[in-house]
This record gives sequence, structure tokens and C-alpha cells, in this order.
Amino acid sequence: MADTIALAETYDCRKAFAEALQDLARQDGRIVAVCNDSVSSSNLKGFQQEFPDRLVNVGIAEQNMVGVGAGLANAGLIPFVCSASPFLTGRSMEQVKVDAAYNGYHMVLCGMSPGMAYGELGPTHHSIEDLAWMRAIHDLTVLVPADPFQTDAAVRWAAATDGPVFMRVGRFKVPAVSKEGEGFEVGRADELVSGDDVALIATGTLVSRAVEAAEILKGEGIAARVLNISSLAPIDTAAVIRAAKETKGIVTAEEGVPSGGLGGAVAEIVVQSHPAKMKILGVDEFAPTGDAAFLLNHFGLNAEGIAKAARELVA
Amino acid sequence: MSIAQAHPPETGPANFAFLNADELAAEAKVVRRNVLTTIQAAGIGHVGGDMSVTDILVTLFFGVMKLDPAHPDMVDRDRFILSKGHCAASLYSVLARRGFIEESALATFAKPLSALNGHPNRRKVPGVEANTGPLGHGLPIAVGTAIGAGIRGLDYRAFVVTGDGELQEGSNWEAAMYAGHRKLSNLTAIVDRNRLQQGARTADTNELSRLGDKFDAFGWEVREIDGHDYTQLLDALGRPGEGKPVFVLANTTKGRGVSFMEDRVEWHHKVPSDAEVVEALKELA
Repeated sequence: MADTIALAETYDCRKAFAEALQDLARQDGRIVAVCNDSVSSSNLKGFQQEFPDRLVNVGIAEQNMVGVGAGLANAGLIPFVCSASPFLTGRSMEQVKVDAAYNGYHMVLCGMSPGMAYGELGPTHHSIEDLAWMRAIHDLTVLVPADPFQTDAAVRWAAATDGPVFMRVGRFKVPAVSKEGEGFEVGRADELVSGDDVALIATGTLVSRAVEAAEILKGEGIAARVLNISSLAPIDTAAVIRAAKETKGIVTAEEGVPSGGLGGAVAEIVVQSHPAKMKILGVDEFAPTGDAAFLLNHFGLNAEGIAKAARELVA
Repeated sequence: MSIAQAHPPETGPANFAFLNADELAAEAKVVRRNVLTTIQAAGIGHVGGDMSVTDILVTLFFGVMKLDPAHPDMVDRDRFILSKGHCAASLYSVLARRGFIEESALATFAKPLSALNGHPNRRKVPGVEANTGPLGHGLPIAVGTAIGAGIRGLDYRAFVVTGDGELQEGSNWEAAMYAGHRKLSNLTAIVDRNRLQQGARTADTNELSRLGDKFDAFGWEVREIDGHDYTQLLDALGRPGEGKPVFVLANTTKGRGVSFMEDRVEWHHKVPSDAEVVEALKELA
């Protein structure tokens, strides 16, 4: 399937996010947006213009932002709470746990510009812990759309499904790895490339890079399987177990810490079901100065880095 | 197992006659007695704060709020959030008296697998709007639901009770600032100003002085009252704000109603002995 994926053109997923949200808001008066002085960075200007009374901008106050979101859900509305992911998750962690998840409110927490998207601004503005943190919270669905089409599908799924959701909404431009209208199913991994020598399990920005790595490996006679995990919680346990059973090892790749996120989730499954060799690729220290593209390469979070880890596993 | 009370079809807000000040006082005595026996049976609880907040809760549930125990999810019900969630025994006792839950359920408070956890859970207890416990969560949620009423075009009020020590949490001030900015006249926040927190007097911990002035500066209408005087409570809680959210500074006594508990730090979460319960019940007869 890899040859059907065109990796040349790249997209900022915030555009697809905003378009889907506005489209839904036209159809459903319960859709509201909540933000923390982040109208522009959350790409909500169009929403604000079209639905000024349904945009709740609390100012720079993330704890209040999530609490207000829960209150809007209490009122019977469907809030999309939008903020740069490091502040949404880090600053309001207890509100995410209690106000959103433990209450079981239908609200969608949108972690904008996650990972190292704010490259040069430094580790204060990087959201590399969010997947590990969010995954630890019961009843919270954790989505990581890998491209604009998946972002659109994730927004629509979250609006239509009762319960709390956290989703990453990427700023760093990525190629499309799915097709328009293909959507995604929560709890299902998409196998983008078939292969039985090694499994490359990736999420978000790293998915297209895993597809590129599979191309490199193919040229070396190594058949890599690529799984896109856009639903991190719940995760497709069966697909992970198949990868452990049917290949010589698993490489996971994520724009996040290598503990507790995608790599942790896969390891938890593998070690309890079918122990397999693994390499967990992620951001393993506070990043030095650099833009997002530089930093991804710096941490080996690129096709060559993934291919290198795969070679070590099959050697 | 459901703890919701069964209701005859004629119950509903239109059929509920609000209690007057004397009737509220009688009701509060029953609630305080139930709090004592509930905590005695559980061997755990926060009796001091339960006693200080009881008159506020009784006034809201029996004298002010538009509610229907048979339809706890009624879309235009008034919302109540107990931000000081550790005083759940008082809330449960009021919910039982008001018909949201069976009074017999109180005996299960804090017991294994009971719906009545040490802090309230909206997914298990009819009449609970938000799961609280960690402090500083209730006011932001109340602000959100008050805004939501406006967006939905619904005519309901949102009430939230915080502790006074709780106002040391910064999230309250984020919410207070925004509520003032939004001029949320359908929002009323009540502080149970009993001047004690878990470990000491608030004045000896982190002074909360001039709370009224603080909320006034944040754009709220301030109503300072005796939080045990039903006439004052009915007046302060019965009227929504005029173009502003309302802050009710309710001066209370921790342990109110039981002489040996009143204004004593140790009764924050001390559990009374059987002999002490007998004494206390005599005072609340």
C-alpha cells in the first residue's frame, strides 16, 4: 500500500481541524469552542467570526479553561477545549483527570501544536509528555490523528460520541497517510505497509516517516510492516500482538518521551502476551535549541533513524 | 443497585412548596442529626465542615432551587456544585431529605462499593452535578454551566459552595476574574467562611482577609451574611445578581450546632465517639 501514499505534499492539521469544527457547528448548536487566549494559534478565527457567542475565551487561565469546559458540558453543550498541548495537559492535569474524565463529561480536549512543534521556543513549549500523561487517565479516549483526513474524522467522531476525549492536533506539516473519507475507527490500527520481517509502529508525525523507513528497508530486502496508531487509548491490542508474533521485532516511534506513551503502550501488551524484541524511539531528553524539523532529525525521529533501529532488530 | 428514591408521578418543581425560615431550621436539625449518625456509622467524615455548611445547603435545596428529584437531569434545573466535596455527608443527607436518594442509603456512606463515596460522584448519585474533592474545581465548573445557560437560552441559576481555606487555590481566582468579566448574573458563589482549615485557623495559615473586597474588585456583587440565619440566607440566595455574579460571604461556625465541636480545629475530620454522638444528638433534639 506504500506506493499509493504520496508523501510529497504536506499539511498543517489545524486547518482540517478548524474546518471540521465549523462544519459541525453549523449542523449542531451544541458545539462550542473554549480557548485560553489562543484563538489564533488554535486556528479558531473563522469559528469566532461565524459563532461569536459560542466561542468562550477565558484568557490565560488553563485550569479555569478545562473547568469551564466541564461546566459547558454540564449545561448540555459539546465543548472543544483548545490550547497548546503543553499547557492544556501539564497546567490543567488535575482538571483533565477530575473535571473531564472522572466526571465522564462529553468534552473534547484538543492539544494543539503538540510534540516539538514549537521547536525554537524550547522545552517549556514542547508537549512531549502529553501522550504518557493522558494515557494514564481512565475513561479518556486518546487520539493522535496522523494527517488532515484523520484529523477531520477524529473531530467528527469525538463530537458524535459521548464521553471525554483528548486529541493531538498537529501544527508540524505532515504528508497524508490516509485518504479523504477513509476515516478511522477508534481502537483500530491501520496497516499502511505489509511485511513480516519487522514491525514499525508509529503515531502522529512519525507515521509518514515510518512509511519512508519501510521504503528504505524494502530496498535492503527487509519487509517492514507499518502500523498507524491514531487511537492510542484504546489501542488495537490484537494488531500489536500480531506484529509481535509475525515479525522479528517491533520499533515504535513517537514525537514524545520514550516512557509511557506509544512505546510504553505497545511494550505493556507485548510483554504480557508475546514477548518480542523492541526499540522505542522518542524524545529522550529536554531538547536543545532548534526548529521542529531539526529536532526531529536530532532525535533520530526520521526515516533513517527508524530504519536503523529496524536493522538492529532483524540483525 | 440504584439509590434513587421512587417518586409518585405528581412530584415536580411546581408541586414543591419552599420552606420558610422556621421550617428550614427544623429541617436543618434533622440533617445535622443524620450527618452525625452517618459519620458515626462510617467511621470517617468531615463533621466540622458538614455542620458549618448545613444551613446553606438546606436553604438552597428547600428554599431556593428549582429542582425535581424525580427528574434530576431536567434541562433547566438549577445547578448546585459542592466545591468543598469533603463535606459530602451533609450533601448526601440533604439529597436524601429532598428525595433524590433513599435515606437508608446514608448508612452505606464510605462503605465498600457504596455509591456514597467520601467525595460526591455525579455518575452514581442523583442530584450531584460534579465530582469534586480536590479543591478549587467547583467554581470554574459553575462558571461554565452559568455561561452554558446563556448559550442554550435556558433560564437556570448556578450555585457553588466553596470552603474559605479552599480560596487559597489559585484556580478560584481565575474563575472569579472570568465570571466578573462575563457579568454572570445567574451565578452565585457562597463561601462557607468558618475561619478554620484542616490544620489551623485560616488567619494563621494564609490570611484570607477582606474576601468581600476581593470579589468586589473582580466585578461581583457581594452579600455578607450570617450563614446560619435563614432569613438572611433566603434573602441573599433567593435573588440573582443584577448584571453581576453574586458572592455570598456566609460567616459560619465550624461544627455549628454541637457545643463541643464549635470553632475547634480538631473537628475538621475527627470522628465522634458513640458517647459524643449521644451528647450531640441531645443538643440537636
